[in-house]
Amino acid sequence: MADRPVPVVEKRLMDVKLGELGTWMGGRDFTPNGLLSSVRRGYERYYNKYINVKKGGIGGLAMLLAGYITLSYVWEYNHIKHDRWRKYH
Amino acid sequence: MMSRLVILSANSLKGSGPFGAGLVHASRSLHTSSQSRAPVPPLPETGGKVRHGIFPEEIFQLLYPKTGVTGPYMLGTGLITYLLSKELYVINNETLSAICIFSVIIYGVKKFGPSVAAFADKLNEEKLAKAQEVKDLAMSGLTQAIENEKKEQWRVEGRAMLFDAKRNNVAMLLETNYRERLHMVTNEIKRRLDYQIALQHLNRRLEQEHMINWVEKSVIGSITPQQEKESIAKCIADLKMLAKNTQAKATV
Repeated sequence: MADRPVPVVEKRLMDVKLGELGTWMGGRDFTPNGLLSSVRRGYERYYNKYINVKKGGIGGLAMLLAGYITLSYVWEYNHIKHDRWRKYH
Repeated sequence: MMSRLVILSANSLKGSGPFGAGLVHASRSLHTSSQSRAPVPPLPETGGKVRHGIFPEEIFQLLYPKTGVTGPYMLGTGLITYLLSKELYVINNETLSAICIFSVIIYGVKKFGPSVAAFADKLNEEKLAKAQEVKDLAMSGLTQAIENEKKEQWRVEGRAMLFDAKRNNVAMLLETNYRERLHMVTNEIKRRLDYQIALQHLNRRLEQEHMINWVEKSVIGSITPQQEKESIAKCIADLKMLAKNTQAKATV
């Protein structure tokens, strides 16, 4: 796995050790262009892994829909919480 | 919001941005790396694995060393219990509609999934087959062109033999012509020489006859009448003697 020494900032998040997290966060590109490129990279990773294959399954689309459902539930929670059955949990 | 961000960044930072990054990537990677883009590697056969349609397999693999096979399921059960007991997930009318919708969707996917997948695969196969056909036709056409080219090259080699044959023909014609003319020349010369010979013979004969005639004429002219009588008398005497001899012989 350790082929050639890679600078800390360029490692993926899962490969960064806990102690290097500060350096890693400091070196990432937080400009709008950097954010956009990171979004694009993430999108392409997901796309090439689950959708751009010969025999894709329902998982590629279903995971996107599930994510959308949970995200919209989270955003609506402040409105839904009025339908709770008990006041104290 | 994202689109406004994009427009702002594109206006303010011309040449950079996603297009800029893409351009830099393109200019950096034009014929500099040893990898080439063609032929494009084929798409992977199947994508990342998902369990139950929405949970990526990676989570199960992540938890397997510590918790075994049932780990993620226990995690899921615990999470659901927590969400329900703290009413972070509220059961209301939407829950019922969600249950109905999801059950219908899951039933539809389970029942018609494989057939739809087979249909999509068939469409893909047809597209691939058409492209492959085009490629095969092109390949066969090109190999045919190569064959024709080789044949033409082989024919060019034969041209030397053709020229040799033609040269032989021409040489033979020249030879024939030459020999014909030789014959003609010899015939003509022979004719002329024969003419000269005939001319000489003629001359000789004419001279001979002329001389004989002249000699005869002069001899006849030199015979005087006196000589003529004498010769006639002698002839008669000879004849009488001859007659007597023959008569004598006949009676004996």
